[in-house]
Amino acid sequence: MSRAEGVLDPQGPIAAADREILFNATVIMLVVVIPVILLTLAFAWWYRASNTRAAYTPDWAHSGRIEFVVWSIPAMVVLLLAAVAWTGSHDLDPARALASKVKPLRIEVVALDWKWLFIYPDLRVATLNQLTVPTGVPLQFELTSANVMNAFWVPQLGSQISTMPGMTTHLNLLAEHSGDFPGLSANFSGEGFSDMRFVVHAVPAAAFSSWLAVTQAQGAALDAGAYSQLARSGADVSIRDYGRVERGLFERIQHDTSGTPAHSMEQ
Amino acid sequence: MSAQVGVAQLGAPEPARAGSGAGPAPVRIVVGYGFWIFLLSDIILFSALFATYAVLHDQTAGGPSGHELFELRHAGIETLCLLFSSYTCGLAILAIERRRLWAFYLCGALTLLLGATFLGLELSEFIALVARGAGPSRSAFLSAFFSLVGLHGAHVTVGLLWLIFLVAQTAYRGPLDYVRRRLLCFSLFWHALDIIWVALLTMVYLMGAR
Amino acid sequence: MLGKLTWQAIPFNEPPAMAASGMIVVGIIAILALITRKGWWPYLWREWLTSVDHKRIGVMYVILALVLLLRGFSDAIMMRTQLAMAAGGASGYLPPEHYDQIFSAHGTIMIFFMAMPFVIGLMNFVVPLQLGVRDVAFPVLNSVSFWLTAAGALLVNVSLMVGEFARTGWLAYPPLSELAYSPGVGVDYYLWSLQISGLGTLLAGINMVTTILKLRAPGMTYMRMPVFCWTALCSCMLIVAAFPVLTATFGMLLLDRYAGMHFFTNTGGGNFMMYVNLIWVWGHPEVYILVLPAFGIFSEVVATFSGKQLFGYRSMVLATLAICVLSFMVWLHHFFTMGAGADVNAVFGIMSMIIAIPTGVKLFNWLFTMFRGRIRFEVPVLWSLGFMVTFVMGGLTGVLLAVPPANFILHDSLFLVAHFHNVIIGAVVFGVMAGYDYWFPKAFGFTLHRGLGRVSFWCWFVGFYLAFFPLYAVGLLGMTRRMQHYADLSWQPYMMVAEGGAVVILCGILATILQLVVSIRTRERRRDLSGDPWNGRTLEWSTASPPPVYNFAVMPQVESLDAFWATKQRAAAKAPEQYPAIEVPRNSPNGFLTAFFAVVSGFALIWHIWWLAILGVAGALTILVAFGWMQRTPVEVSGEQLAADERARRSGLVPV
Repeated sequence: MSRAEGVLDPQGPIAAADREILFNATVIMLVVVIPVILLTLAFAWWYRASNTRAAYTPDWAHSGRIEFVVWSIPAMVVLLLAAVAWTGSHDLDPARALASKVKPLRIEVVALDWKWLFIYPDLRVATLNQLTVPTGVPLQFELTSANVMNAFWVPQLGSQISTMPGMTTHLNLLAEHSGDFPGLSANFSGEGFSDMRFVVHAVPAAAFSSWLAVTQAQGAALDAGAYSQLARSGADVSIRDYGRVERGLFERIQHDTSGTPAHSMEQ
Repeated sequence: MSAQVGVAQLGAPEPARAGSGAGPAPVRIVVGYGFWIFLLSDIILFSALFATYAVLHDQTAGGPSGHELFELRHAGIETLCLLFSSYTCGLAILAIERRRLWAFYLCGALTLLLGATFLGLELSEFIALVARGAGPSRSAFLSAFFSLVGLHGAHVTVGLLWLIFLVAQTAYRGPLDYVRRRLLCFSLFWHALDIIWVALLTMVYLMGAR
Repeated sequence: MLGKLTWQAIPFNEPPAMAASGMIVVGIIAILALITRKGWWPYLWREWLTSVDHKRIGVMYVILALVLLLRGFSDAIMMRTQLAMAAGGASGYLPPEHYDQIFSAHGTIMIFFMAMPFVIGLMNFVVPLQLGVRDVAFPVLNSVSFWLTAAGALLVNVSLMVGEFARTGWLAYPPLSELAYSPGVGVDYYLWSLQISGLGTLLAGINMVTTILKLRAPGMTYMRMPVFCWTALCSCMLIVAAFPVLTATFGMLLLDRYAGMHFFTNTGGGNFMMYVNLIWVWGHPEVYILVLPAFGIFSEVVATFSGKQLFGYRSMVLATLAICVLSFMVWLHHFFTMGAGADVNAVFGIMSMIIAIPTGVKLFNWLFTMFRGRIRFEVPVLWSLGFMVTFVMGGLTGVLLAVPPANFILHDSLFLVAHFHNVIIGAVVFGVMAGYDYWFPKAFGFTLHRGLGRVSFWCWFVGFYLAFFPLYAVGLLGMTRRMQHYADLSWQPYMMVAEGGAVVILCGILATILQLVVSIRTRERRRDLSGDPWNGRTLEWSTASPPPVYNFAVMPQVESLDAFWATKQRAAAKAPEQYPAIEVPRNSPNGFLTAFFAVVSGFALIWHIWWLAILGVAGALTILVAFGWMQRTPVEVSGEQLAADERARRSGLVPV
């Protein structure tokens, strides 16, 4: 696995925008925080009891002007950040489709105990623990979980979103450059949670087409039977390709959430 | 100074001063106020269940809905029992404050009877529902229904047991200060349960039966 | 007969759990044996276990908190060690089934059985003294509250020896915490312990609110109350409003697990998002329940040791009330990534930022209290300065996380873990340590060893930065929380620095323990004979150290803010000629016995031993009815006794 730089190393526009907001908000707040820390240390040192040069006004405890400033500074900072939060929440809403001339690629994601299944419904292929995507193409994710709550997170591509049984969440991302980007579950889901890793394998469009062709020809079948075996098999970090995926598998998974746990837990 | 039998005096009486600088409040006010705060917390407990009911009330999982299950006539009789019991409870408190013990016992007994009738009716409804396969484990809607209405019923049960205890204590020790304080707390509790029932009736039965 | 309980519940085949349990059991037996040999049982029973005195109860709360700090911290250092080791292909020394219990226990214990008892204990001890009254509104209820909290703490620790603890994280989200995915007793231990202690906390909150609003010395209007009492009031109002939600939510999860209901299950129409919402409707006010009293402690400490009145009293009160109200309007920021949509996310994000305004105001007010003061660097001041510098950084990362797009890339990562430890350690832990040092002489009649106090502070301060700033970094690198092992070797150096930080904090904790031992041994050198070792400003310093059971022989007449300071300025204290007799409430074993039956019922319910559960509940109810029936006469303290105590206090002798 390649060395990752996490959220400070965006590989797509969502991650880049998220990071920019992170930086901007931090800088805005540091403008207040750093002086406060310095002032704290300065006051503590200058007004120490042994410093007889410092003024001492034991009964001075009120100043309207200072109060006004003291309420205003945090209020102004918050006003600024509120604007950032409002626009940012709307622009970067995970469910919001990316503006692009390219037709988006639909990917259905199922979080299982403890592995990730990626279904390409329009292409009728699927993969386990590795997500091969073409660069420059908007990726439209629909996500669910087989039984317990998880969260789909690829730090270098941007926002994470929860995956929940019986429900579908939506996420839109885009990989601008080729590379291997680690992904993981960001919501604790039990014993095999630490092994719930996957890789986003972003490749140029041509390479994606050839991968697709190979997978459709040679990949295993993924029908209801194969799926339920997969669901029961516990933690699994292997990478597998499926070439013939049953139609409507994702909808069926989402509706049947009485999924048996993948392992037997001792009391 | 004469000692208050049964409960320690928390603050000596002080010369009257205005507003919040008046010094410690008398025991009766302290007890009533504390109990009132407890009742507010209890109402919040119910609110959490009301909120859950609101979210889950249409999750019938293919099972029966409120429309099929709720009998408004039944709920109406329960309501009358409870509201009347609040009235008799109020009468009982007035009676004890005026030291009219036999009126107190009579009204206490009526409160108990009406409350027990309410409980009996509610239990019969629950049993009937379970018998027709609409128990609390059938669906989320029924879980929410049984626990919300059931929590109220549990409060009524505790209230009735408390009332029996307090009537016994009055009979045994007489209408002492601390006994009357406790009766006051009981009446606050009983009236609060009434208010919660009205909300319950509206949200669960009236809105659910439509 | 014994429900689900079998010999297999005891972890014979797990050396670490057996070792830990063994140590605890041996330790407890040793302590009990010591007490028996020294014949201390009658004293303990009479003076502490059945005490209804708010000062004794406050001390017991703090002792409980310090003991559970050791347990919670040992969980922490085990976690740090595991993560320092388990990089690349290595699996460390704690398999997931243990590691998952350890991080769940760490969070549960630190919040519910360390931070809450510490804060409630300090409020219990100090508030009636600062208000100039003799006790809280309901002293016996106070004892019940404490013992119920202790009962919950006991049950959590029993899970180490008999059975297992939850493996779900400290908030036990369903569906993972439902029976289908957590069939063992772990989640049941979690739920019953917290239901029991939650009841205790709620009752304590009701008690304190009533006390502060209805029992104050004559002349103490609301605007003459010490700021610590204002923060205690707001914190306890939050307890009253929030804890019932926790009780209801856990109650519903219990009904799902025990009665097959469908509140949060995947089947039957259940909706676990309801749990997430409800638990955070409690959870966010909870952190303000912890932090507001800490802010109050800092207000007292900074003002006292600057020799100056607290700057902007009205502003502080307003800010505290604002935080109290706003804390109920922000809960969704704990799950922005659950997909609520842009409008909802934005509104909650903005509300969360608005809370930073009154918090910032408080910080500035403390700064301007120090401004033109005469600051004495006693140990509580070190903790306060450490807080001001550290908390500000935690606040920054908090407001950062309140911006939804920033949250989307950092939620549930170690960045988040670093943020909340930053604010909880920086404010709550530093605050209670400051309060501990500040009020210790009032409680016990001698100050704590200053040098060791300084060592403890610096170890905590340096250790905190070493332990948690690497977590900010590695969270940004993409490491999520609750991982038992990780593949990326480049994260390991950060984990090792964090482990170093944990060791430094361990030194701080050991220094605190040593400080206590040394202080007790050398207490004659640091006796507090005047009752006012710090030149204090508020009424608790006008009593003897320790105060007599009735606190004030004559209730003080309050004429201004900082009532004691004003008295000292006027040199106005004159002894009255005669003392009217007063009454104090009699001790009661009610609390202790109720808690005993609570532990029995809780254990029985966890293991499905139904007959024992019924017995336990029946026992608790019997106690309730029996003590309600009995007449409890107060104890009278005669005028002569009061006069003698007052003479002793004024002449600088320690009262008997």
